[in-house]
Amino acid sequence: MANPFLSMNSIRKSFGNVKALEDAKFHLEKGEVHALLGVNGAGKSTLMKILSGVYEQDEGEILLDGKIVHLRSPKVAKEQGIYCVYQEVDTAIVPELSVAENIMLDTIATHNNLFISTSKLYKEASNALKQLQAENISVQQPAHKLTLAEKQLVLIARALVSSAKIIIFDEPTAPLSLHESAKLFSVIHQLKAQGVGCIFISHRLPEVFEISDRITVMRDGTLVDVFQTVDATAEDIIEAMLGTSLHQEQHTSNYPLGETLLDVKELSDGHKLNNLSFTVSEGEIVGIVGLVGAGKTELAKALFGLELLTSGSVKLSGKEVRAAHPKDAISAGMALIPEERRKEGLFVHESLQTNASFPNLRKFSNLLFMNKSAEKSFAKDIIKRLQIKTDNTETPLIHLSGGNQQKVVIGKWTSRDSILYLFDEPTKGVDIGAKADIFGLIRELAESGKGCLYFSSEIQEAIGISDRILVMYNGQIVKEFSRGDATQERILLYASGGKEE
Amino acid sequence: MQAVGKKNKLKENGIQFLFKYGAIALLIIIILYFSSISEAFLTYANFTDILRSISIVTLLALGVTFTLVVGGFDLSVGSTMSLSTVVTASLMVWYEMPLWLVIILPILVGVLVGVLNSFLIVVLGIPDLLATLSMMYIVAGFHRTYTEGYSIYNNMPLTAGGTAPGQLSEAFLWIGQGRMLGLPVPVWIMLGMVLIAYVVLHHTRWGRVLYMTGGNAEAATLSGVNIRKVKFAAYVISGIFASMAGILFTARVGSGQIDAGAPMLMEAVAAVFVGYSVLGAGKPNAIGTFFGAAVIGILLNGLTILNLPYYAFDIIKGAVLVSALAVTYVYAKKRFTQTG
Repeated sequence: MANPFLSMNSIRKSFGNVKALEDAKFHLEKGEVHALLGVNGAGKSTLMKILSGVYEQDEGEILLDGKIVHLRSPKVAKEQGIYCVYQEVDTAIVPELSVAENIMLDTIATHNNLFISTSKLYKEASNALKQLQAENISVQQPAHKLTLAEKQLVLIARALVSSAKIIIFDEPTAPLSLHESAKLFSVIHQLKAQGVGCIFISHRLPEVFEISDRITVMRDGTLVDVFQTVDATAEDIIEAMLGTSLHQEQHTSNYPLGETLLDVKELSDGHKLNNLSFTVSEGEIVGIVGLVGAGKTELAKALFGLELLTSGSVKLSGKEVRAAHPKDAISAGMALIPEERRKEGLFVHESLQTNASFPNLRKFSNLLFMNKSAEKSFAKDIIKRLQIKTDNTETPLIHLSGGNQQKVVIGKWTSRDSILYLFDEPTKGVDIGAKADIFGLIRELAESGKGCLYFSSEIQEAIGISDRILVMYNGQIVKEFSRGDATQERILLYASGGKEE
Repeated sequence: MQAVGKKNKLKENGIQFLFKYGAIALLIIIILYFSSISEAFLTYANFTDILRSISIVTLLALGVTFTLVVGGFDLSVGSTMSLSTVVTASLMVWYEMPLWLVIILPILVGVLVGVLNSFLIVVLGIPDLLATLSMMYIVAGFHRTYTEGYSIYNNMPLTAGGTAPGQLSEAFLWIGQGRMLGLPVPVWIMLGMVLIAYVVLHHTRWGRVLYMTGGNAEAATLSGVNIRKVKFAAYVISGIFASMAGILFTARVGSGQIDAGAPMLMEAVAAVFVGYSVLGAGKPNAIGTFFGAAVIGILLNGLTILNLPYYAFDIIKGAVLVSALAVTYVYAKKRFTQTG
């Protein structure tokens, strides 16, 4: 093949000691829709951030139309015609400005004239929308009135008026309805016909097969394979995404399960969660697995009283729980280990002791006054039991590693005798050694008869820890696997919206 | 490479030192300086004077401390104090009420302002600075309207004709002007309140909940704290402290001056921020606030001895506030970048 329109060769990028990209490659033709796939952490977004000028590569070259380009900043990338439609469209939209001004934003920002003709602005903006067959959007209304899908179109139009040659779509369909996605695809077909190269990042395989011409799969910061979409099957892609030799030992301790502890029936929040039913028994670890945006965190928060339910029931030990605030969930016997540890789980500037006693201050006080020696001995107790690496209960948590911080988040609930633990991505940002400790802790909790819900997008880890796995896709539970049946391939297939024949 | 590292380390230690001991060092320098130029400065009489003069600001500042602890702010304390001052005086001078009502009613007024503040901030979600700024003007307007722009004093002529029937009683004036066990009564009240605030903030369950709400509202919620209630309580407490300051001011001056609290806001806020860093607390705290008020009080006292014109005092107060803020925020920035 002749020189491709865009080629990124031997790209390397490290953040500190962590290698994000190692000899990564990517090629794109004019008028092609090229899907970029990989599991979390494969390096997709780093590569795209380099292409859009957000990061600069440590090594490697980027050629555009055969010429080497240095994309030092997003501005330079845009000048070269490279645009990105981010998943969070709101970060790129100025809500108070009109649709026209939003479409022309880059042009206005680089304009040399002090005065800007409004009529010209409106005309160019509506031309761009016409090209996208979106004339129904009025260019004069403020952008905050638009739906998410319409805002996305505004961003695409913004790329068009600046005669974009490459547009990166980062999970564009995640917030869209089926109908809106179909509309987006017809827009992408249009762009393609105009010779624009489109890079399409998505976790949803059916869409990838529908829209793309080629598929590049990345793993561990490097290119694994490039498929012609017509020749590829879902199984091929998933195998490439996962690699092969990934199987780790599953835990086999088969202690008897107790009675049903948590009974969730037909739970919906009228927004993301749609008719979920499942149970957790005493001593059971149930994994809830899904890709980013599947609704796992929403489910954890709904159970814990942070999101309102529109229908359904939650029973804990046979008693109906109507949690309107986390304090209701806590007094019913639940504990949440939240996903964003520093933001939601800890007071990082406070000591281990202060953090550990906080969920149960009554236990550590006489009448109103804090009993600091009781606090201290509890803190010492969890340091010992959870093998937290610190010798001082007064150390502010900010000085502890991620894994040790996570142990504090788990340990602080053990003073309450909670009966159901919700773990939301508990191994995120935790090193391997601490990970093993945390798995050990979860198993200990289960062995002592507690119920555990393990929310994760790390499929392999979920297989390793869970007695049973529920797969979520698009706010629903689409498949249940018992231990032994679950393989990474099968789970990923269901989590990406596929089905086994 | 190593030399650079050493230099950075030195700089870091310097900032750390300034943060922990800066306020105390400043206090010692001020005291040494003023006592070297004036014999009248380092005397028991002058120090009880200073303590009495800071008692009102300290009460005000304790209220601000509570709102800062929960991650809010209260700019309306000065106006609330003014309102409480004129209400207190009017209850005695205009309406001849008994002493216990003269104490209780102004405090209820303070509670009311606190409730309104929390309504704006917690229920409507208006940012604290803006909500309490608006409240500051509304309350100031109320207190001037209430007195028709006049201060309230014994035997004052009334707009309706005749003179006011009541008097500020001796028992009431004792609160502001009396002495007990060698110290002025306002000093005892101040020390008592500092002690109560200290115990509540640092040794009770409530204090823990207040600090955690301010430290990380999301994590506090996930631990089962109703942060709306906690913030509500903090603004009400702030209102109560402001109205106590007003009562004390009336008793001290012997009349209900209008706009009594307005100039005190700045001093109170400065006191809290100087107190932030006392002994490296790194957060608003009761002892620090008292200490901050003392630093400012001593500074102003010394400058009075030096015959600095009164109208220049705001420059000094402002400079103290800015320096305290600078130390606090530079340190905070360091603390965050250190750990990424």
